[in-house]
Amino acid sequence: MSTLVIDHLSIGLPEGADRPLAVEDVSMAIEMGQILCVVGESGSGKSMTANALMGLLPPGVTVEAGKAVFNGQNVLDLPESRKQALRGAEIAMIFQEPMTALNPLMRIGDQIAEVFAAHDRFTPSERREKALHLIREVGLPDPEKIIRAYPFQLSGGQRQRAMIAMALALEPKLLIADEPTTALDVTTQAQILKLILDLRDRRGMAVMFITHDFGVVAEIADQVIVMREGKVVERGVAADVLGNPQHDYTRRLLDAIPTGKLPAARAPRDVPALEIKGLRKIYRTGGGLFKPVREVRAVDDVSLTVARGEVLGLVGESGSGKSTLGRTAVRLVTPDGGQVMVGGTDLAALSDEELRRERHKVQMVFQDPYASLNPRQRIMGALTDGPITKGVPKARAQERARELLEIVGLGAEAASRYPHEFSGGQRQRIGIARALAMDPELIIADEAVSALDVSIQAQVLDLLRDLRERFDLSILFITHDLRVAAQLCDRIAVMQKGRLVEIGTVHDIFLAPQQDYTRQLLAAVPGAGWSQESAGA
Amino acid sequence: MWKRFASNIGAMVGVVLLIAVIAIAIIAPMLYPGGPWQMVQRPFLVPFTMEAYPLGTDTLGRNVAAQLAYGAQVSLLVGLVSTLVALLIGVPLGAVAGFYGGLADEGAMRFTEFFQTIPNFALAIVLVAIFQPNLTSIILAIAIVSWPPVARLVRAEVMSVRKREFVDAATLAGLSKPRILITQVLPNTVSPIIVMASLMVATAILLESSLSFLGLGDPNAMSWGYMIGAARTVIRSAWWLSFFPGVAIIITVLALNLIGEGLNDALNPHLSRKGRA
Repeated sequence: MSTLVIDHLSIGLPEGADRPLAVEDVSMAIEMGQILCVVGESGSGKSMTANALMGLLPPGVTVEAGKAVFNGQNVLDLPESRKQALRGAEIAMIFQEPMTALNPLMRIGDQIAEVFAAHDRFTPSERREKALHLIREVGLPDPEKIIRAYPFQLSGGQRQRAMIAMALALEPKLLIADEPTTALDVTTQAQILKLILDLRDRRGMAVMFITHDFGVVAEIADQVIVMREGKVVERGVAADVLGNPQHDYTRRLLDAIPTGKLPAARAPRDVPALEIKGLRKIYRTGGGLFKPVREVRAVDDVSLTVARGEVLGLVGESGSGKSTLGRTAVRLVTPDGGQVMVGGTDLAALSDEELRRERHKVQMVFQDPYASLNPRQRIMGALTDGPITKGVPKARAQERARELLEIVGLGAEAASRYPHEFSGGQRQRIGIARALAMDPELIIADEAVSALDVSIQAQVLDLLRDLRERFDLSILFITHDLRVAAQLCDRIAVMQKGRLVEIGTVHDIFLAPQQDYTRQLLAAVPGAGWSQESAGA
Repeated sequence: MWKRFASNIGAMVGVVLLIAVIAIAIIAPMLYPGGPWQMVQRPFLVPFTMEAYPLGTDTLGRNVAAQLAYGAQVSLLVGLVSTLVALLIGVPLGAVAGFYGGLADEGAMRFTEFFQTIPNFALAIVLVAIFQPNLTSIILAIAIVSWPPVARLVRAEVMSVRKREFVDAATLAGLSKPRILITQVLPNTVSPIIVMASLMVATAILLESSLSFLGLGDPNAMSWGYMIGAARTVIRSAWWLSFFPGVAIIITVLALNLIGEGLNDALNPHLSRKGRA
């Protein structure tokens, strides 16, 4: 029996949006006890569909046509009071960012109990009992303590578990999960996915799982719907869609996924572009009359080299110190000890003024394409400020900037425009051109493709690969995604809690990992089994 | 940006009103070449009784309409110039405090707090009383009491902008710190400053009126506050002497506030109160 049937749903966007309909003529059905994955890139309308069901559409966005039948009634035109009764009790939702979805000033136990209170169920003491039970069910450690904890005292994965406990409180028949694992580390993601699978089996509820990651789809989906620009382009049983995609777009998306397929190894050269020796960075927080200083060893005695023309991947989960290492290497952060040797100078030991003159040797490509360009400066300015400061004549710098914009695939006329006129992927290309404009000895790419959709990600990776050949670039490529690292890098270094755990060629790391932690990371990659199969096939 | 501003009816009303006030201030010498001090008719002429003097005359027989027009000059001048001076003090101080942090921040903020702990109006009165009341001292006094909020705003904005990645990128490009502050950070703090400035002009006009009301205005400049102050003894017999300058102040301040809110909605669309259910 279908739990939810969505029938020819269309959702209209306000005037002036990039297209008239956010969702166009979408139909789907979710069976009891099944997981339906809705896959698509950003702007495909997948979240809008879910928000429409919950009555959470933003102002100006309206349901134009179609219905969504749940429990024999069309949930889209219920009056607000009935919708409210339905939310939480029959249909529950979990969100991408558990920190912002939880009330920071309320204890976890109270937040769960509030779900009961909102629907007038049970007495306060029963509510507490139920909350404890739920916390136990979602596998949070030490329930008695968790129930009294505030959200900030929990880790990201624990918060997402608490969110799931809240969603499950009234035993909903349908759980809508909107990118619930996107903000989490791979190992935590694997645990949450397993939890959702377990709960589905135990409770027999239907799950609508929204994601952009085909790896996740491979892990949990029974049925798959692929959406693009508001339309369904492909639907079917998970194995069919993944194994034998019919639509061009699905195939492109699947091809764009970094697979475990390893590129041919290249022989690294012996000339080092970057040598890091015994680097340490300790963050101290707190400390008062009666409180001891809290020390976090963000980077703890790390040594590594990047050879000229080599791409070294630096992989680790959040908090592993990989970004601090990158920022220390360009000396945006001053280390507490150790050396950063670039072309014979120790960047870590220079004075501010000397450093300013040596800055051009190491450049960085940043994670957030929206924050890394000054919104009030034309692209030309962003690309020429550095070279001109370095002493390149203005005309030459501008000519070079135009040339670089051509090289990264944007065209010279992009120079006179402002950042807001470009998409995320295009901005990242500008970021790369800006780094290249300085003729650096080394580029540090800090999660440079993490914020991009898979198909755009693939294009930017292609560009980086192309540039690596063309300019003989040395890159320190920082990422949390082992699949991405495998595509581009010659060697991979794995970091955990500020320490370097393992370093080796891509082949060694993937096929013969020496350390437990590396093995854990590899096993947690979503869809690992599936992508290796397809790589072998 | 301009489109969003223009679609805001309140803001457009504000613009129209302000333009009207500015126009009156500019053409005042042409309309009333005799100036605001000239006695033209018998005292206490009731408004709308003589066509030549629609707003009546004051205790000495001076034309109220001429006084209002010249008063607009003074009010606008004081409002704009004192705001400008306040920005000249507040923006650099706040920018340096927010950008460099540490000791610079501590020093600048303690200095700011020193001014914030003294009641605005009391300090303004003391300053004007010390310097002799004239336009320059009034403008300076108003600027000195109104820059601290500017410094705090700019500091907060700079602190949030300097953490953005494009500032790191500029550092890596080898730009010097002052240059990063001026070319990269400050341009991104302009919109809240503009909004605040438009509201500050309104506050400054009110402050000037209050000072003049207390008799601390420039004795050589006709201002709305002076008119109300001079008329307060005859408020029951000659209502129009305090009523018309009062209306002028309300209209000007309201116009500036409407414009300020419109600018705020136009420059920070995500903070706009419109479009929320």
